[in-house]
Amino acid sequence: MSFAIEGRDLKRYYDVKGEGFFAKPVTLKAVDGASFALESGKTLAIVGESGCGKSTLARLATMIEKPTAGNIFISGDDPHANGGADIPRLRQDVQIIFQNPYGSLNPRKKVGTILEEPVVINRKVSAAERRQLAETMLAKVGLRPEHYDRYPHMFSGGQRQRIAIARALMLKPKVLIADEPVSALDISIQAQVLNILMDLQEEMDLALVFISHDLSVVRRIADQIMVMYLGKVVEQGEAKTIFDNPSHPYTQALLGATPAVDPKLRRERVKLTGELPSPLNPPPGCAFHNRCRFARAECSVTAPPLEMKFGRLVACHFAEVTVKA
Amino acid sequence: MSNGTIDAVTAETPRPSMLRQNLKEFWFYFSESKTAVIGLAFLVGIILMALTADIIAPHDPAVQYRECLEQPPTWGADKCNFIFGTDYAGRDMLSRIIFGTRLSLVAGGMVVILCLSIGIVFGVVAGYFRGWVDIAIMRIMDTILSVPGLLMALVLVAILGPGLLNAMIAISITYLPHFVRLTRSSYITESSKEYVIASRVSGAGKFRIMFITILPNCMAPLIVQATLSFSTAILDTAALGFLGMGAQPPAPEWGTLIAENRDLMLSAPWTVTFPGLAILLAVLAINLMGDGLRDALDPKMKRS
Amino acid sequence: MSLLEIRNLSVEFQTVMGSFRAVDGVDLSLKETDLLSIVGESGSGKSVSMLALMGLLPWTANVTADKLKFAGRDLLTISNRERRKIIGKDISMIFQEPMSSLNPCFTVGFQIGETLQQHLGMDRKARKKRCIELLDLVGIPAPEERLKAFPHQLSGGMSQRVMIAMAIACNPKLLIADEPSTALDVTIQAQIIDLLVDLQNEKGMALVLITHDMGVVAETAKQVIVMYAGQQVEQQEVDALFAKPRHPYTHALLNALPERSLHLDRLPTIEGVVPGAGDRPTGCLFSPRCEFSQDDCNQNVPSLQHTDIGAFRCFHPIEYTGHGE
Repeated sequence: MSFAIEGRDLKRYYDVKGEGFFAKPVTLKAVDGASFALESGKTLAIVGESGCGKSTLARLATMIEKPTAGNIFISGDDPHANGGADIPRLRQDVQIIFQNPYGSLNPRKKVGTILEEPVVINRKVSAAERRQLAETMLAKVGLRPEHYDRYPHMFSGGQRQRIAIARALMLKPKVLIADEPVSALDISIQAQVLNILMDLQEEMDLALVFISHDLSVVRRIADQIMVMYLGKVVEQGEAKTIFDNPSHPYTQALLGATPAVDPKLRRERVKLTGELPSPLNPPPGCAFHNRCRFARAECSVTAPPLEMKFGRLVACHFAEVTVKA
Repeated sequence: MSNGTIDAVTAETPRPSMLRQNLKEFWFYFSESKTAVIGLAFLVGIILMALTADIIAPHDPAVQYRECLEQPPTWGADKCNFIFGTDYAGRDMLSRIIFGTRLSLVAGGMVVILCLSIGIVFGVVAGYFRGWVDIAIMRIMDTILSVPGLLMALVLVAILGPGLLNAMIAISITYLPHFVRLTRSSYITESSKEYVIASRVSGAGKFRIMFITILPNCMAPLIVQATLSFSTAILDTAALGFLGMGAQPPAPEWGTLIAENRDLMLSAPWTVTFPGLAILLAVLAINLMGDGLRDALDPKMKRS
Repeated sequence: MSLLEIRNLSVEFQTVMGSFRAVDGVDLSLKETDLLSIVGESGSGKSVSMLALMGLLPWTANVTADKLKFAGRDLLTISNRERRKIIGKDISMIFQEPMSSLNPCFTVGFQIGETLQQHLGMDRKARKKRCIELLDLVGIPAPEERLKAFPHQLSGGMSQRVMIAMAIACNPKLLIADEPSTALDVTIQAQIIDLLVDLQNEKGMALVLITHDMGVVAETAKQVIVMYAGQQVEQQEVDALFAKPRHPYTHALLNALPERSLHLDRLPTIEGVVPGAGDRPTGCLFSPRCEFSQDDCNQNVPSLQHTDIGAFRCFHPIEYTGHGE
């Protein structure tokens, strides 16, 4: 069975100038070995905090950047083979929506123009047909035909996100990357936008890659989860398995830190000491060891491999399944 | 009702057309500055004057009235009734100044058009390609900037020959760096925004990104710069005219008028005062309007 | 002893479209050591009401109130000079974006020291000592070195801690925290909220926590005020509010939380959007979107009714039988 989008051992390194005038360049390992495989109609949630590499992964998935190592496959094709000749074609299969509804729409263009742009670039259809497509898509996301002639600043955050979703789906892509799409929205608007995403996913059989740091939202919509920390994948597997019994200490900390209204959903608060290390200077061995409550001597020496334990992939020398109280 | 219907948007009152709405909002902010409105009114007056010069000028600007040489401003007399007086050749000052508005507006307009078109292209190219293209363009601009404006204009006119057209070209070259820098810095700021990435992911190529996606968002500071350059161009054209390197006599350009009547500064001061006042008022009006324009275009984001 | 008494606080702004009521009739009473959370979505007026209390609104705002008393001083009639002696010393505030709330041109030590010098008149040596104490109190490691750091050298979590240090420098009686953790990563969020609660306990000060995150409210607050479109619609103790919300808006908002709909296919939403400046409904502001609205709801404006369990602004508040609804 072919996957809608697949990543095999993806790595993306950047060369960054070191501190000081004569310092050598330092390698920033933004993504250091991420693999995933997503079928149509399913949702993969990529979870992590700043500097974990999730946004870089989004850039790799949308083919804006080329991986330093590893491969990405869109419906079985590698866009970077053949010197990138297939990229324009495969671009139509992967689209993206962003976190900030106020920056992701061109302020100087009408909504209609914004929606039609992908079609103008990639398809040869008449202006009337384009308009028809745009208006159909507007209706699908719950907006009205008269909104076609308005400018983005006349809309609220939630409405702009809908416009962004409509734009992303104009070319009927197979994969939709959603980079924190609801983090900047109010709760009631979040619910509306999430419903639209889920409905459209079902209607168009989309593979949805949902990047977020908000675990309460992720729990609601994800089929699979990938937890990242400083460029590495620390836990990966079925969402239900991981939410019920997180085995990596970082996943446990994330879940514990997520505030929940229902006391039954609250987990023990794991106090993480220290700050996130700089991605330019990650700790030796396991990247998480200096903040981990289970750390032992081995953890600062060898980086733990990502292995199947307890029904999910986890990168920890001492992964244990914590039983829910 | 609360079970997740994909909801539509607010029940809205019918809105007036987009253009009217934008103009209304723009006018609200612009009109907060009374001086800006006065400046705008004056500029409109000058434009009207230039368009209707044939009709409103009391005399032909080239006709010499031999009996009324160097006549001071008079009205109500039997003969030689000239509101602004006459110059050394007996020509009506008022008419000459009225026709001079055409030359000043053309000079300002040409300079702005040349600077905008060339400056935008250079700025966008520098901003898009970065690297050595950026460095090359910016160093050329730095070189132009390092030479005093009027001096460079003089040198260029000396090479190209005197005349209004060459004066305009020379002035445009000296103003170019400002436009290039503004465009480039706006461009670089905008190019990191997410809507640009969205366009790239949609498959947009180089030219579309440069000119269709990003450039419209860089226009606000450019509009302000263009307005202010308009007034400075009038001033510099007058300066070149005064030095004899701009519009040549008998063209009634205001600076040239002052140059022609330079010897009469003490004996017939009206011949230089009125053209000087015309320059002053025109430049002042445009600057006031430009200030109001800047305020109106900027904090729009901050208010309602 | 009542620390803060607010009755009928209203704020009007002069805008392009005429006069806009951002805050409409807020009542608040705080005693020392109270922990109140003000909750609402965008446009609810929660930040504006506290900024009005602090006197930090722009000149276009018109602040009116029947009563605005802090520690016995009447803030409505006070001179600007007297007000400056209170703000920053007895009442202080921390804001949402720590990275942009600190002055990038000055060191951390200078900025904290500014407050100390202005309000307490300390000399240089005493200031340095107190700054180190404060940085230690807010959990910043190696405080002596951090004094010389500039804001851009600090992470988001660190910057927020510095802001908190500045705010508690003069031992205020009331600390207002406006979305203090929204812009931060989730594990850092938890640290900051815990820090605020600990400080509140240690220093015996009152804390007002403005947020839109219901989970944070459930885990931290004791009293909650819910705001909608500038009006105060409900006030109750935290457990009662989450178990038995009286106002239909609170009820709908809680239902829209992702965690409350795990067993449903779609998330419940609130139809419609928050009324903006131009489309205020007649009668109750929430009535067009309310599932329980009746005929009288869009005729008359409900006033805030105080009862022994709290307050609400509704003609037909939700009733609960003995076993809950």
